[in-house]
Amino acid sequence: MERQIKVILGVIGADVHAVGNKILHYAYTQAGFFVVNLGVMVSQEEFIDAAMEAEADVIIVSSLYGHGELDCKGLRDKCIEAGLENILLYVGGNLVVGKTDFKTVEKKFLDMGFNRVYEPGSDPALSVEHIKKDVQNR
Amino acid sequence: MQPVLCIDFGSTFTKVTAIDVDKPEILATSQAFTTINSDINEGLDQALQDIIEQTNISSWPQRYACSSAAGGLKMIAIGLVPELTSEAAKRAALSAGAKVLKTYAFELNEKEIHEIQQLEPDIILFTGGIDGGNQSVVLSNTQRLRQLNHRCPIIYAGNKTISDTVKKELSACNWEVYVVDNVMPSINVLNITQARQCIREVFLKHIVIAKGLTQVEKTIENIIMPTPSAVLKAAELLSVGTIGSKGIGELMIIDVGGATTDVHSVAKGEPKQSNVIIKGLMEPFVKRTVEGDLGARYSLPALVDGVGIDVVASVIGTSRMTVQQILDDLKNHPESFMEEPGLLKTLDDVAAEIAVKESTKRHAGYLEVHYTPFGTVYEQIGKDLSGVHHVIGTGGPLIHHLNVRSALRASQHDNRDPLSLRPTDARFYLDKDYIIAAMGLLSINHPKAALTLLKKHLIEV
Repeated sequence: MERQIKVILGVIGADVHAVGNKILHYAYTQAGFFVVNLGVMVSQEEFIDAAMEAEADVIIVSSLYGHGELDCKGLRDKCIEAGLENILLYVGGNLVVGKTDFKTVEKKFLDMGFNRVYEPGSDPALSVEHIKKDVQNR
Repeated sequence: MQPVLCIDFGSTFTKVTAIDVDKPEILATSQAFTTINSDINEGLDQALQDIIEQTNISSWPQRYACSSAAGGLKMIAIGLVPELTSEAAKRAALSAGAKVLKTYAFELNEKEIHEIQQLEPDIILFTGGIDGGNQSVVLSNTQRLRQLNHRCPIIYAGNKTISDTVKKELSACNWEVYVVDNVMPSINVLNITQARQCIREVFLKHIVIAKGLTQVEKTIENIIMPTPSAVLKAAELLSVGTIGSKGIGELMIIDVGGATTDVHSVAKGEPKQSNVIIKGLMEPFVKRTVEGDLGARYSLPALVDGVGIDVVASVIGTSRMTVQQILDDLKNHPESFMEEPGLLKTLDDVAAEIAVKESTKRHAGYLEVHYTPFGTVYEQIGKDLSGVHHVIGTGGPLIHHLNVRSALRASQHDNRDPLSLRPTDARFYLDKDYIIAAMGLLSINHPKAALTLLKKHLIEV
């Protein structure tokens, strides 16, 4: 039997946008993943603690309120410190305030150690494909 | 008339409460020194003799006992992440009335294995990983435990996916293994009912024997539970009531002892305001916390350290030197009293008040403020006890306190610490006759009588 892919889901920082989080939860459950949804206002430490207890494959961070860069800084380093060197980190949403070119935003977050970055309006199905592929290639 | 004896084997005193269940009323109470080193029946007989003299009743067919003698039920909790499964395991053990010697997280190392050997726990509660979650750390700890040079019952309450493996591996090395539901089946979900039940059964089956308490089994039907567990039973009964008899609602019991302070809350602890989001591990309805550094006698140095010796000196109106002198004397002769009993009594009372304040602060939840683009949002960590209307004090330092109302008031909300979720408007009660544990025991077969007696004997102060 193929091992079930385990994902941690949550909206980072002081962000309370819950709708996208519910949609992703639904999409990932439908895709057959083991989903641990931490909901809104999730700190970096909560993501990491949950990933350790669940032995997760991917942490999927949402941020909708424009403070994503501040909130996400250092998450990769903390994962490494926690022994989660191989965990996949995805991020998506309105990551920065104002009209910034997505390529610039993407590069910024890739440099911060994220594996995938999604712009507003991305289809959840796309990330499902990515998760399957990335977990397999890891 | 239906006479019942409830016996509490404490580390220092064996306390006996004689009850007539039919009426119901408390016929007599008595206490004698616990004689754990010779025959524990000696102390009990002495207290019993006193009861017989007081009541003129010589036959006591119904007897129940709880015990915290010989160090109580000593447990070790092992989990994975400190704030998650380790904390869940600790809460399960505390709610079963255990004394948690130490809580471990992540992979155990040599030093920790050695330490567990030294601590000689009565039971180990072994957890880690949500169901379907982490396996590697739990399996590594299983291997470590195989090498441990100490055997006691071990309860596995971790990731269910590997429970068979864990059981097999440990059993093969002469561990007596019990497997129960995961204490944290998914992130932040607390599920301690089965673990708690199992701890109680193991206590009944093994620990009573190991603690040299078997001799009393001849005269008593059973040592049913560890004493803190009896207190929890009484707390829950008093709060929620029983069939045909209502409880008094959400409450807190603060038990200040010489070495530790226990706080029990029976309350849902849900947020009282609308803009509050709950964070962290789920809270149990009946929660017990134990503060090892807050006691009026043996833990006094740690307690004084915590608030500052100058503060204590100024509160009791003496010099820093005098307080230090008292502390030194107590350290050398913890049982003896100082030449200046007035001052020591004051220090005792101040210590009890500080213990109430600090222990309730740690027990109750708190809010964290977040300023978001959408306004202020609060995160609640722990239980919101602001709506608890009944605060009950017990334990020597409170029972003998000169101004117990003032001491218990220290459990209340303080405007200087606005984010701590302690009771805002409570009434205060005192367990003057020291009956709470006895009523917990009585409640097993006579809940209605126990409830009536609790309501009658906990006096408002």
